[in-house]
Amino acid sequence: MTKPVTLTINGIQVEAPPGTLIVDAAKKVGFDIPVFCYHPKMEPVGMCRECLVEIGRPVIDRATGEAVLEEDGSPKIQFGSKLELACATPVSPGMVVLGKSDNAKAGRDDILEFLLTSHPLDCPICDKGGECPLQDLTMAWGPGVSRFLYEEKQHLAKRYPLGELIMLDRERCIQCGRCVRFQDIFADDRVIGFSQRGRSLEIVSYSEPGFDSYWSGNTTDICPVGALTTMDFRFGARPWELRLAASICSQCAVGCNLALNVRREVVTGGDWVVKRVMPRQNEEVNEIWICDKGRFGHHYAEQGPKRLEQPLVRKNGELQPASWDEALDLIAERFGSAGAGLFTLAGSRLANEDLFNLDQLTRRLGGKTGLYTHMGGGKLTTQVGLTPGSNFKDLGGGGENEPPDAVLVVGCDLEEEAPVWWLLLRQAAKRGAAVIALNPRATKLDRDARFSLRYPFGSAAAAVLAMTSSLSQKPHDLPESIQDLSRNPDLKAAAKAFAEARNALVIFGSEGMGLAESAALAQACANLLLTTGHTGKPNNGLLGAWPRANEQGAWELGWEADANLLEHLSQAEALYIVAADPVNDDAAFQSAFGSDKFVVVQDLYLSQTARLADVVLPVQSWIEREGSYTSGGRRVQRFYPAIQSTTAMPPKTEAPGVRRASVLTGSVPELQGPQADFAIPSLIAERLQMDGLNHSSAAAVFAQIGETVPVFAGLTYQKLAEVHEQWPIVGRADMYYGGTLYENTQGLGVQLELARTGAPAQPQPAWSQVEDFRLPKLGLMAFPVTRLYDQGSTLMHTELLHQRIGESFVVLNGFDAARLKISHGGKARITFNTSAQSVIVQVRLDAALPERVVLVPRSFGLSIDAPTPVEVRPAG
Amino acid sequence: MFAVELARGLATTLRELVAKPVTVQYPEEKRPVSRRFKGRHELKRYDNGLEKCIGCSLCASACPSDAIFVEAAENTDEERYSPGERYARVYEINMMRCIFCGYCEDACPTEAIVLGDNYELSFYDRRNSIYDKSMLIDPVAEGGKPTPQKVEPGVFTRSIPVMKNPQD
Repeated sequence: MTKPVTLTINGIQVEAPPGTLIVDAAKKVGFDIPVFCYHPKMEPVGMCRECLVEIGRPVIDRATGEAVLEEDGSPKIQFGSKLELACATPVSPGMVVLGKSDNAKAGRDDILEFLLTSHPLDCPICDKGGECPLQDLTMAWGPGVSRFLYEEKQHLAKRYPLGELIMLDRERCIQCGRCVRFQDIFADDRVIGFSQRGRSLEIVSYSEPGFDSYWSGNTTDICPVGALTTMDFRFGARPWELRLAASICSQCAVGCNLALNVRREVVTGGDWVVKRVMPRQNEEVNEIWICDKGRFGHHYAEQGPKRLEQPLVRKNGELQPASWDEALDLIAERFGSAGAGLFTLAGSRLANEDLFNLDQLTRRLGGKTGLYTHMGGGKLTTQVGLTPGSNFKDLGGGGENEPPDAVLVVGCDLEEEAPVWWLLLRQAAKRGAAVIALNPRATKLDRDARFSLRYPFGSAAAAVLAMTSSLSQKPHDLPESIQDLSRNPDLKAAAKAFAEARNALVIFGSEGMGLAESAALAQACANLLLTTGHTGKPNNGLLGAWPRANEQGAWELGWEADANLLEHLSQAEALYIVAADPVNDDAAFQSAFGSDKFVVVQDLYLSQTARLADVVLPVQSWIEREGSYTSGGRRVQRFYPAIQSTTAMPPKTEAPGVRRASVLTGSVPELQGPQADFAIPSLIAERLQMDGLNHSSAAAVFAQIGETVPVFAGLTYQKLAEVHEQWPIVGRADMYYGGTLYENTQGLGVQLELARTGAPAQPQPAWSQVEDFRLPKLGLMAFPVTRLYDQGSTLMHTELLHQRIGESFVVLNGFDAARLKISHGGKARITFNTSAQSVIVQVRLDAALPERVVLVPRSFGLSIDAPTPVEVRPAG
Repeated sequence: MFAVELARGLATTLRELVAKPVTVQYPEEKRPVSRRFKGRHELKRYDNGLEKCIGCSLCASACPSDAIFVEAAENTDEERYSPGERYARVYEINMMRCIFCGYCEDACPTEAIVLGDNYELSFYDRRNSIYDKSMLIDPVAEGGKPTPQKVEPGVFTRSIPVMKNPQD
């Protein structure tokens, strides 16, 4: 630990670590120095000049090196002739900072007056008005009047869209450069920049479509004025009219902390509406950033005409509205008689509480459960995954005598599969961590990776084995397909860096892999971690870039991906399908839904699978209820109800006395409208005279999980809601410091301990499991890949993103495109040899892809669960 | 003594019999209100018919009794309600909550909301106490057009007009 520096700010002595900037040190004495361009997450640039202070330094006698003393014995302080920047000056010993002197105040006032010379002052219609740093600082510091002529204000374009997501108001921009710097430093998408100079300086977007980045929404948060705003929230409400509900993003496994801003609206008939999604600070998960999918992709959870509102029961071959009692009685009867013939299939969009109750119900009836996912290997992440105390922020270059940390990302286009992990990993790489990108094709991570290695498509597990093997004295027999890779000196160097690292973790994805392949990859990764001893301690272990928010939680609760799903669905007597739509993903599943089978589907919308069901049950979306998710980093986090499901209330015409009467009489009011996913299995169990399941509240179910499931032992909602002070401080009175994002007062979550039962202490023999995958000599092979923006049911309700999502497409390699005479953007007919599926799609070219490889994005209208041979022909 | 008192009383009666009555025949006849009277709110228009209200909600935030509710939306040149980018899609005042303090007037950056002379605010149903935009907005002046208007692009770009400091 380096010795702290002692200095005086506004007459108060303060200690700060060397290198601290004055602006940060001043916070410790409760002095908020105004800033616009400085952001605590970025290096200072000193562009706005708003943080001017007087700085004095002790005079040192050059001859002796001693401090010169005044007559009274105190050190002589020499002040500079001009004001200096508090945001760009690090603290030094004995420094005296005067922030409140007349001189410093006058300097800051003048700067503010200059900043406002061409600012339109249209705060009443500005979306930032009310949470605007410029507005706040003008109130706090400005001169109050301007000496400049109002008529000479510069007028520029007020409505200047940078693409369809972000709106720029050129007049309001104060040229602080936070957005440009964010895009360079964090997002690494240099799609916006400054054009012109001086008073003509303006922000422009270079890309097509405009502001083409997954991170564009963050610039609107850190913009200290209303220059950048989102289209989604445009004129949605004034900030002070919004209520806040803490939530967790439901789109991927990162588990970003969100603040949902809600309000009741007239146009929705008085219903609560989520007006915008903002990041909530959690320095251990997402810091203060979220991706645009999380920011704009919440619309599926809103109430809308397509949402299911009441149970449907099949009568005379048609699904017809029914009461909950009728539906639940029928389900209880049929599930009871099916007993061990019940098969429950759950999607990992469900919360921990839902999965627990579903598992309890099914297990007590003797039935089987299956997790609906395309990624395997989750059990290993519960055994060799992250442990409490892990934080991406801690990864870096190591100490003086310590090697740097290492992160292996394998089979994963990280920015597409777990965007915020990519963002944090890029920062870790900048701090010196060795990032090893081991992928079958180039990804954005390569730019920051110390080692970028390629394995042939289909050989992910083999590639990790080659890495493990290069560390051992006795080389193993490696599959032929990766002989080239295993001879690559970089692989050996990467393996060495990984083995010697202070901390090392592996993130595996599902790039080009199905269930079986990703499970083998996870095993290979676990072997590497066990061989190198990187397990069981903080910041070491295996992470899955899961496709859904709570997939890690499902594995922790004992759910397992079902490798023989079609067989299990076909064999079952009764099916209970929750938050999954297998028929939509693959029409082959339709064959499993025979007429003699009793099928219950529980979902938000009438999905393709639900259309085949006997009973369809409506559920509340994640914003309408309480619950908890377990992130890929094994952090259990709570989300709170943001909007009341008004359909769950009694009809509006009902006399007001009825509800009260039922409370007095003790009778249970009839269930109305969508119910929470965890409540329904419990209601079924109640009808089956089964006790031990709980539907009174999510907190009660979670308490039960804490008592029953060993890894969750001792956890309660109270524990999950605990917070501690985080740095930098954002979202308080000094909101201008970090942007319009929210402080975390609702809980940072708790990381799980490792599962002890059956944990592998030694590497499992995985060599035999790895096949020698070769591409076919003739014909093309399709590999599934994940795109952040897909046509999945959770994203298509966001109309704003439709243009970015685009139509169904496949990515074809350059060789075969030339052979087939298909150009970029052209149409082709793709036929799957195994399923006889044949669709016309757009073709995008990637010249860097190997020959005979076609990439088929998941959830883009094409059914693909594993590498599949295909035929591609030009069409139209 | 008694006779004097009696005469005085009868004189008053006789005088009032011939005096002009003070009763006003409301609602046929209405008394004028004072110059600073604060009655029902009026949403003003510009002479060309565009609404002055830009949907900024400052009236709602200034309102001490939380009587005003505003929902904003975006103008286009094809469908323009007010100058600038923003207009009030929904504007409601709950007259039962309103205390006629006039803070909304003070807060308004475009002088769109003005407390007028109308004091006839009675209703049988509490739901009728909510006055929506169509009930509050002034009729279009002569020569103006009703909103939404189709206008030339690039003309009405400023939400807030240049205004003189208020007199009086």
